[in-house]
Amino acid sequence: MILRAAPALVLSLMALPVAAGLLGTIGPALRPGALEALLAWPGLARAIALSLVTGLSSTVLALAVVVLILATLSESRAFTALRRLLSPLLALPHAAAALGLAFLIAPSGWIARALSPWATGWSVPPDALILNDPFGLSLTLGLVAKEIPFLLLMALAALPQTGAPARQVLAASLGYGRASGFVFAVLPALYPLLRLPCLAVLAYGMTSVEMGMILGPGLPPPLSVQVALWSAQADLATRPLAAAGALVQLGLVAAAMGLWLLAERAVIRLLRRATMAGLRARALDAPLAALALTLGAGLGGALALGLAGLALWSFAGSWTFPDLLPQTLTFTIWQRAGMGLTATTLTTLALALASAVVALALVLALLEAEARQGRRLSLPAQAILWLPLLVPQIALLPGLQALALQLGAGGAAAVFAGHLVFVLPYVFLSLSAPFRAIDPRLATLAASLGAGPDRRFWHLRLPLLLRPALTALAVGLAVSVGQYLPTLLLGGGRVTTLTTEAVALSSGGNRRLIGAYALLQMLLPTLGFALAILVPALAFRHRKAMQR
Amino acid sequence: MSALPSYDCLGRVFLRIPRRPGAQTPRVQPSASENTLQIQRRHLLGAFAAAAALPALPRAARSSETWEALLARASGQTVWWHAWGGDPKINDFIAWLGTQAQARFGITLNHVKLSSTAEAVAAVLAERDAGRVTGGSVDLVWINGENFAAMRAENLLFGPFAESLPNWPLVDTVGKPATVTDFTLPTLGYESPWAMAQLVFEYDSARVAAPPANMAALRDWIIANPARFTYPQPPDYLGTTFLKQVLYTTIAEQALLQAPVDPADYDRLVAPLWDWIASVTPALWRGGRAYPASETALGQLLADGEVDIAFAFNPGRASAEIAAGALAGTVRTFTPSGGTIGNASFLAIPFNASAREGAQVIADLILSPEVQARAQDPAILGFQTVLDLVRLRPEDRARFTALDLGVATLSPDALGPALLEPHASWTTELARDWQARYGTSP
Repeated sequence: MILRAAPALVLSLMALPVAAGLLGTIGPALRPGALEALLAWPGLARAIALSLVTGLSSTVLALAVVVLILATLSESRAFTALRRLLSPLLALPHAAAALGLAFLIAPSGWIARALSPWATGWSVPPDALILNDPFGLSLTLGLVAKEIPFLLLMALAALPQTGAPARQVLAASLGYGRASGFVFAVLPALYPLLRLPCLAVLAYGMTSVEMGMILGPGLPPPLSVQVALWSAQADLATRPLAAAGALVQLGLVAAAMGLWLLAERAVIRLLRRATMAGLRARALDAPLAALALTLGAGLGGALALGLAGLALWSFAGSWTFPDLLPQTLTFTIWQRAGMGLTATTLTTLALALASAVVALALVLALLEAEARQGRRLSLPAQAILWLPLLVPQIALLPGLQALALQLGAGGAAAVFAGHLVFVLPYVFLSLSAPFRAIDPRLATLAASLGAGPDRRFWHLRLPLLLRPALTALAVGLAVSVGQYLPTLLLGGGRVTTLTTEAVALSSGGNRRLIGAYALLQMLLPTLGFALAILVPALAFRHRKAMQR
Repeated sequence: MSALPSYDCLGRVFLRIPRRPGAQTPRVQPSASENTLQIQRRHLLGAFAAAAALPALPRAARSSETWEALLARASGQTVWWHAWGGDPKINDFIAWLGTQAQARFGITLNHVKLSSTAEAVAAVLAERDAGRVTGGSVDLVWINGENFAAMRAENLLFGPFAESLPNWPLVDTVGKPATVTDFTLPTLGYESPWAMAQLVFEYDSARVAAPPANMAALRDWIIANPARFTYPQPPDYLGTTFLKQVLYTTIAEQALLQAPVDPADYDRLVAPLWDWIASVTPALWRGGRAYPASETALGQLLADGEVDIAFAFNPGRASAEIAAGALAGTVRTFTPSGGTIGNASFLAIPFNASAREGAQVIADLILSPEVQARAQDPAILGFQTVLDLVRLRPEDRARFTALDLGVATLSPDALGPALLEPHASWTTELARDWQARYGTSP
């Protein structure tokens, strides 16, 4: 049967490009002199420290805010409002999020403009190092704000598998407060489902280039940014240096993950002790709820305001400091953007749909095969799936490109395959935890009623998974829409998507253009996420227990 | 086929001018300043001048035949032009050029918008390494400097082709030596120039009454006005250009810049440069603890009022930005006495290009006076032409003289001499040195 071969098929599908990509990095990195050149770079220690500190702290903070929101606000009206604010932000491209934030907090930015000159007395912007600060605080803030929507969505997709309401009721009946009840009763069931998304966020935070370039320090930049800068140099002799940097980056991400898993154990031990102490902590509920609302709304609001600022820039004529609003409005940017947009949008949509749907089908087949064989993927096998998330993309791509050229593949087919490599891990990430968390007794029950394996899949698991599957599809869409380098390199520049247009145009840092393209880039993924919310709501309108 | 027959006619007339850059008409002597030269030529030029410059050469006729054959092969081809896509004005210009190529030659021109030219270099390199010696993905690439040097060093370029282009004789290879010398590397016909660029400083006249007259005065101004000046972070090309500009005015023997860096002498030669930089660094924007990433980022700082003096590699940028409403109407430009660094933008064809013929036709089309004049129009691009106006027919010359410079653009006389780009090794070495001194500790 085909299904039995699914894991092998998916793994070989992933292993070949990943191996080719890694070989493309390891080969040049081991060339004589490459590692020495990297070690001789005086900024190495600081770049490594920046990478580690911003990556780890942003992941911890984002997770903390998400847990806080879920623990204190769920079911409340504030929660619904917060979710409505945060969900569309998931579709916001990282570069646009960073530029929006930068415009908000820069000394010549929107906040300073709102207060100038009447409150501050500034007629020219002050010389303050807010952006690109040497400790990476702005970068951490940006990463936290951008990753909260992703983690929240992952948590909301996983939560129904944990029986959270029953656990909360039980905890409350024992006198626990909302927050402590959530942390002691729900979190132990929820966190295992959130572990992989957390690790993905950690890897992303450490390898992201756009956010680091815009918000992060430059003297030196975080390692990932420096690797990207080396790779972009015309001097072909720096390629081995870039490859060595990428290899160190890979080790760094692995080390950070190890650190994360160690910290996890320490936290579990701490929580266990707190549980045994029987802390009810009901007095904390109100202040924690206020804190959750402030942080969630503050960070989400900052992103939304930044986006609004960029949107306004896309219509702005002249707009100088300290004016709060543009002096003149113009449509020239949008008229320019409008040319040839239909074809580009269709290409983007077709690529995104194809790669996300295929990835979803493959992941479902993989997980279903797992369930039928009662055997999970081995750790090395899982590692192959995760590698595209962990290795800096810039390091994986030269190898992938060489593979595509050797296979004679080019154009749209190669781009589709490349997207699949980066989309599939995210789809797997979004779907594997909810899939594996389905109560196995349901299947046993169905079998005892005479339902065969196929029927159990189509009529039991798939409907149960409708919401997480659609969410995974939407995440896949968003990931595909966001791919820049794979599209450019594998397509030989002949496949144009909204993102290749947007990145090329914004490589100059022109706020007006970035504003326009950020809105356009958001459009397709937003549709995906809207469907992931609407379809289950419609399908389950007569099934109350499935509606949350 | 040809919508504008004057083009063909033009090509034939000017084909008879000697093709070798050294063999110029005797009346036009090279001069230190290309601008005074241009003025001189304009006066010299009578109606007879074009006719006088036409010594017939049988070789030219031969190449004309092959050009006809090449045009026939190019018709119906699709040319994929890899060019930086960060400026909508340039993108619009390339799109317009595509309509012309289609109408006149039946060539479809597609612009592959890059965020960095190195992406195209990497693509061709990867194709070569994978053994794809024909049917490559890049047909034409906008290139200069280190990227050209890298592609030449790896034998990744097709050529020589530039000097066989029908419009080549119009190129001002003497008055604008940068059209045949790319960062001191002779182009040898492996790339064809299409635009001139020169460093100009931009200042807000509402806040700076009198701009500094020379680089030493700029240093004093920076120190007297803390936090109102900065430069893009090397190895960004504009940031490195600024270092080279300072180096030009601080180095004892400018001629040494035309040779590769001599490691034995390097420290002594650049010591005054690093003194200059060290003296201004505490007074830079953010105290030198952060730098803008690129030319656009620096321009945004000027627009946001975070700095009072900025600079760009395009004399027409400020006017174009003012016209677009993106820069205050009070911004003006200046160049310090002694000149500023100038270079040319080129088109090159990779060795494995799929549409080699079409790519050459595009490279020639962009050299036609009509296209060059359009590129020089500040409302379109504001790029200076690579052509020698003296050699144009009067009606073509009129296209250039009729152009309005724009409110902030210096006239060719006021622009000052263009300094030759130093050897590419200076760029690499200065960028590396800067990163070691300032790039790794805040």
